[in-house]
Amino acid sequence: MALEQQLTNNETSQLHNQNQGNEILVEAKNIKKYFPIKGGILKHTVGHVKAVDDVSLSIKQGETLGLVGESGSGKSTLGRVILRLLEPTEGEIIFDKEDISHLSNRKLRNYRKNMQIVFQDPFASLNSKMSVGELIEEPLLVQSSATKPERKQKCIDLLEKVGLRASDRTKYPHEFSGGQRQRISIARALALNPKFIICDEPVSALDVSIQAQVLNLMADLQDEFNLTYLFIAHDLSVVKHISDRVAVMYLGRIAEIAPKKPLYDNPLHPYTKALLSSVPSTDVKHRREKIHLTGDLPSPADPPSGCAFRTRCIHAHEKCALERPELTDMGDGHYVACHLYDQGR
Amino acid sequence: MTQKPLLEVEGLKTYFYLDNDLVAKAVDGVDFSIAPGETLAIVGESGSGKSITSLSIMQLINKPGRIIEGTIHLHNENLLTKSGKQMTKIRGNDIAMIFQEPMTALNPVYTIGNQIIETLRKHKKYTKQVAREKAIELLKLVGFPRAEQIMNEYPHQLSGGMRQRAMIAMAISCEPKLLIADEPSTALDVTIQAQILDLLQEMKERLDMSILLITHDLGVVAEYADRVLVMYGGQVVEETSVENLFEHTKHPYTNGLLDSLPSLEKEVKRLGAIRGTVPPAHSFPKGCRFSDRCPHVMDQCYGSNPDLLSIEPNHKVRCYLYD
Repeated sequence: MALEQQLTNNETSQLHNQNQGNEILVEAKNIKKYFPIKGGILKHTVGHVKAVDDVSLSIKQGETLGLVGESGSGKSTLGRVILRLLEPTEGEIIFDKEDISHLSNRKLRNYRKNMQIVFQDPFASLNSKMSVGELIEEPLLVQSSATKPERKQKCIDLLEKVGLRASDRTKYPHEFSGGQRQRISIARALALNPKFIICDEPVSALDVSIQAQVLNLMADLQDEFNLTYLFIAHDLSVVKHISDRVAVMYLGRIAEIAPKKPLYDNPLHPYTKALLSSVPSTDVKHRREKIHLTGDLPSPADPPSGCAFRTRCIHAHEKCALERPELTDMGDGHYVACHLYDQGR
Repeated sequence: MTQKPLLEVEGLKTYFYLDNDLVAKAVDGVDFSIAPGETLAIVGESGSGKSITSLSIMQLINKPGRIIEGTIHLHNENLLTKSGKQMTKIRGNDIAMIFQEPMTALNPVYTIGNQIIETLRKHKKYTKQVAREKAIELLKLVGFPRAEQIMNEYPHQLSGGMRQRAMIAMAISCEPKLLIADEPSTALDVTIQAQILDLLQEMKERLDMSILLITHDLGVVAEYADRVLVMYGGQVVEETSVENLFEHTKHPYTNGLLDSLPSLEKEVKRLGAIRGTVPPAHSFPKGCRFSDRCPHVMDQCYGSNPDLLSIEPNHKVRCYLYD
């Protein structure tokens, strides 16, 4: 036990070094994003889809925060709100100690070079009429004063960094496979030396062998450029592999957030438990006991009162319908939003 | 496996004749059999030929594709000699299929009830009333609590998981002996995936069906299949029981796939990715089709393609390492 304690301490101290004293780079405070539902002849607002409903989280310098959840949980919306690609309905976004939630577009531009995004579908996210060179140099053209030869050199460097060839610069996206296109997207995201990259399901459209190549590349780039990632994915094994900490979202809210090891070894929220037990395992000798969730995700336009998960939860009791559970500190950075843990651990 | 197989595929070749005079050998000499009540999984990456294999069994190959060689026997009858009309009878009655994306497989302008009733009336010659009752019964069987209501709903009103349930209800409506499930859970969230795969398992036992499960997900294979074929470049590279595949992996490609998979159980610093990409079906490397990506490649591998050989009972591998 003592040894184990020591080991974890060592691990944490290593992490601390990596994370440069754990300075917080990105912070989201009480973010809400409601999309209005229009109805009637006069297109009045008849309700709201609560895509993100009061979410707070922070990401440290050099860290990878994994964000998992099923479709409709609001994880992609949250990512976009943090980059201010979508305007938050409420809440604050703090990037590098600066509140960017109310900056004008012009002022925001200065921050944009420090935050980039890589999307899921490399077939849709790259303009098919632009050559790879144009695609990668475009951010430099917009954001920097680099000359043409400088841009070209930077582009060649980036292509080589992501495992493509300098000669690929003159080719077009359709000449590449899915994995290679994702490498191009990553090169484009890296062009301005950003501090922070949101990866929105970057490998879910790829075959496993290619997925592994891209995941390895992303880890290497993180080490080399001290990047901070918000890694959004639905695949729990992928998120476990790449993340330092993991947040689990359900219906626009965070159900549980913790460093990766406690989250996967000792999940607390009934939803996290069910989610983890549902992942098919290649371990044919040791079968996990499955926890079956009944029904589907409720509509975010009309979420259940109190705890959003209560309609599918086997532990649901009276209080769950009345009161929304807040994230409770369970020690060691493990937070859970569930009435089962109201009294602490 | 002394039982007489339900389905026997021998030397199946499905080629696509492309515009630029290239021939895409999507399926190139595939043999396998499925015993009654067995779940056989075909696993492989995109472009490995696993879906074309299943479509060939159903004879749903369109131009420019053609089945050019081989036999497909279902209870000793060669399906490849059947006429179009006879095949229509077999599809649905003897072999049914469910697809990855139920939204494209269901007709958006008909209600769920209509579509199941149509299948039943077509194949079973039921009257409208009987077909309706039977359809409600089927929807209840696949886990719809309010089946009568679902009968009148359109596909877009259902969630992905519910649509897949409706597809399963339709597929099993004529009690087929073989159900081909082509990536049945790939478009679904994990908690829903578990529900759907368990439902398939339950239906298999209840109706004594065999399942041909096409998937890219080795976790799904491990949990739901009895036997497994690993396909690469239009050919089977390894065939064995599920236990053997994961405990005594032989083919370097299978090994590579398993190493590239992040797992919940074990922690690795780096994933063992396979270098390169799947070659296109019209220009496989000469010799072994995996040779340009294989970490154990030898001179021999560039010369000729190895045969699929039995190296142990119930374990076949296509690799010169085991010659």
